[in-house]
Amino acid sequence: MSNSVINPAIKEIVLEPDKAQRQYWFDLWRYRELFYFLAWRDILVRYKQTVVGVAWAVIRPLLTMVILTVVFGQLAGMDSGGTPYPILVMCGMLPWQFFATAMSESGSSLVRNSSMVSKVYFPRLIVPASSVITSLVDFMISAVILVCVMIYYQFMPGWEVVFLPLFVAMAFLAAFGVGVWVSALMVRFRDFRFIVPFIVQFGLYISPVGFQSGVVPEQWRWIYSLNPMVGVIDGFRWAILGGEHKIFVPGMAISIVLVLFIVYSGIWFFRKTEKTFADII
Amino acid sequence: MTEKSIKVENLSKKYIIGKHAQKGDGLRHVLQHAAAAPFRWASNGFRKDPKTYEEFWALKNLNFEVGVGEVVGIIGRNGAGKSTLLKLLSRITEQTEGRITLRGRMASLLEVGTGFHPELTGRENIYLNGAVLGMTRLEIKRKFDEIVDFAEVEKFLDTPVKRYSSGMYVRLAFAVAAHLEPEILVVDEVLAVGDIEFQKKCIGKMSDVAGCGRTVLFVSHNMAAVQRLCDRAIVLSNGEMIYDGTTNKAIDQYLADTRQTFAKPLIERTDRSGTGQVQVISMSLLNEQGNEITEVASGQRATVRVGYRCRDGKTINNAAVNVVFLREDRICSVLASGTVRHEPMMFAGEGYVDMIVEAWPFTEGLYQVDIYLESEECHDAINAAELHVVDGDYYGTGSIRPNQHWKDVGVLINHRCEPVSTTQKMLHSGS
Repeated sequence: MSNSVINPAIKEIVLEPDKAQRQYWFDLWRYRELFYFLAWRDILVRYKQTVVGVAWAVIRPLLTMVILTVVFGQLAGMDSGGTPYPILVMCGMLPWQFFATAMSESGSSLVRNSSMVSKVYFPRLIVPASSVITSLVDFMISAVILVCVMIYYQFMPGWEVVFLPLFVAMAFLAAFGVGVWVSALMVRFRDFRFIVPFIVQFGLYISPVGFQSGVVPEQWRWIYSLNPMVGVIDGFRWAILGGEHKIFVPGMAISIVLVLFIVYSGIWFFRKTEKTFADII
Repeated sequence: MTEKSIKVENLSKKYIIGKHAQKGDGLRHVLQHAAAAPFRWASNGFRKDPKTYEEFWALKNLNFEVGVGEVVGIIGRNGAGKSTLLKLLSRITEQTEGRITLRGRMASLLEVGTGFHPELTGRENIYLNGAVLGMTRLEIKRKFDEIVDFAEVEKFLDTPVKRYSSGMYVRLAFAVAAHLEPEILVVDEVLAVGDIEFQKKCIGKMSDVAGCGRTVLFVSHNMAAVQRLCDRAIVLSNGEMIYDGTTNKAIDQYLADTRQTFAKPLIERTDRSGTGQVQVISMSLLNEQGNEITEVASGQRATVRVGYRCRDGKTINNAAVNVVFLREDRICSVLASGTVRHEPMMFAGEGYVDMIVEAWPFTEGLYQVDIYLESEECHDAINAAELHVVDGDYYGTGSIRPNQHWKDVGVLINHRCEPVSTTQKMLHSGS
């Protein structure tokens, strides 16, 4: 044969328009370490040059909890179904804040990493996905507060708590799905920079964060469930508080289907527009 | 048959430019466009939407093969499609038509420092950058000491790179990229940046890489470097391959292409980048009497006249003109309207701007002239012409250059020289 330096193990890559599909999922696997490194970078960088550092992950939800407890529990005097109001609020706020930060972080992730996108190849899906992971770490830290509050009120969760990881996964998927949509759209339309904070602000009030979704009249419950975070938050409350906080089953089903649809369509849209990212970012 | 490491077949890349892209690519425009669609169909008698955009083929029907271990130069004027080709080869963007077959991993030195985060330490950035470039954690770990050695940053490994000097930063970034050990290496104009030491390191690394039977694609405007490193070169012009063969012949082709391009009136040229609202339509060099000249002498009073045209006779406020002179791809000097005028200019319809140079300060040689027109909302850039400068009496003393053998000097500085003898003064004060 011709040359001794030729290594038969070297892979041949064929690039053709619109035929990258098979290659893509393989590459996603091959670049899995980049996924891990990007999440690790964001976690490292997040609290650098802040005085209290990681404590911010605790302070933010703690203060929000106090405010929501005062506003909804004390001033509005809403029904808590027998559980201490701070716990009720924390159970709604944890998943909500996770969703909100994860969605906005991953939504802006491509634009934030534009120099990488326009200079090197890697499956772009890694970027929004790793941002969600970063927010998951914040979520874990904030979860400690909930545990503390529960210890303070001597509140013991029931057997339902084993389903909690399922609802964390649902929140993760919801954040990822919306994040993927927004990140792909933001490459082209920077308008989403302004739309996302609005969704976050608005969403806090239309999701059952400061109150329980039981206060919504029965005939509207299924429409209310069109907000996928309703399913997630109800699931959280049921898993942790159990008893009184029953899941509205048709609503939950709608939420789950909706989340899966958003994730699926998000990936579809992302893949469709991905090849033009480097040209228009 | 020898093994091929790159095979390119019928490769084409189309970009959409023109009216649609300029009108603002924002959400508002898209929504307006969608909302107006029914009316548009109605007014067109329900025929298909007329074209509201222009197509631009950055690459057209490219075919070539590169064998394993070959060092191939890719040359061409700005806008010829070199960087588009690199982007396609490195999979940053996707071609419109055609097929590329790559054998092995490809890395490019134009990605030096991509993914570096200023807040992270040198150590952390080595891992991050390595991962971005496609290395696995094990690979990076194995080469870590080698990378640190090469970059000479041991002492600062745990310092955030934002505290690094720019030299250290570039060294570290280059070290990571250089240890990727790709089967195919792309070097893009790297020789035009960084200090001489860095350039030497780049060239050294390239020769090493080529020596190991790896394939190198070298993209440059620097013909001397191409000649030194490559046995074969490909010439691109307006997205098409006009020559593929020995380096010397390729350079001849490139120069011929350049002459041909400059012979064309600016108004007809498409190798420009800009938004389209304003265009450079002419450039001429005038002497003191206002007559057009083809070359200028050092020290001569001369005017660069830049003609512009705004689309549809519109008016453009806050306009600026920059005329950039380059020699061997390095900027020598810039005539910038913003630095010499207190108020910005207004362009209306068609006209010209005169940039008057009292005493031409360049030494003899061939210079590239790039012209940039810009305002807040639009711009246009073109590699407009070549400028021949001949020796002249710049200093008004009859001396031409600081030293007759000093060919590298590009810019002359007018100065006075006043000798003072301190010995004499001391004698005076002593008496």
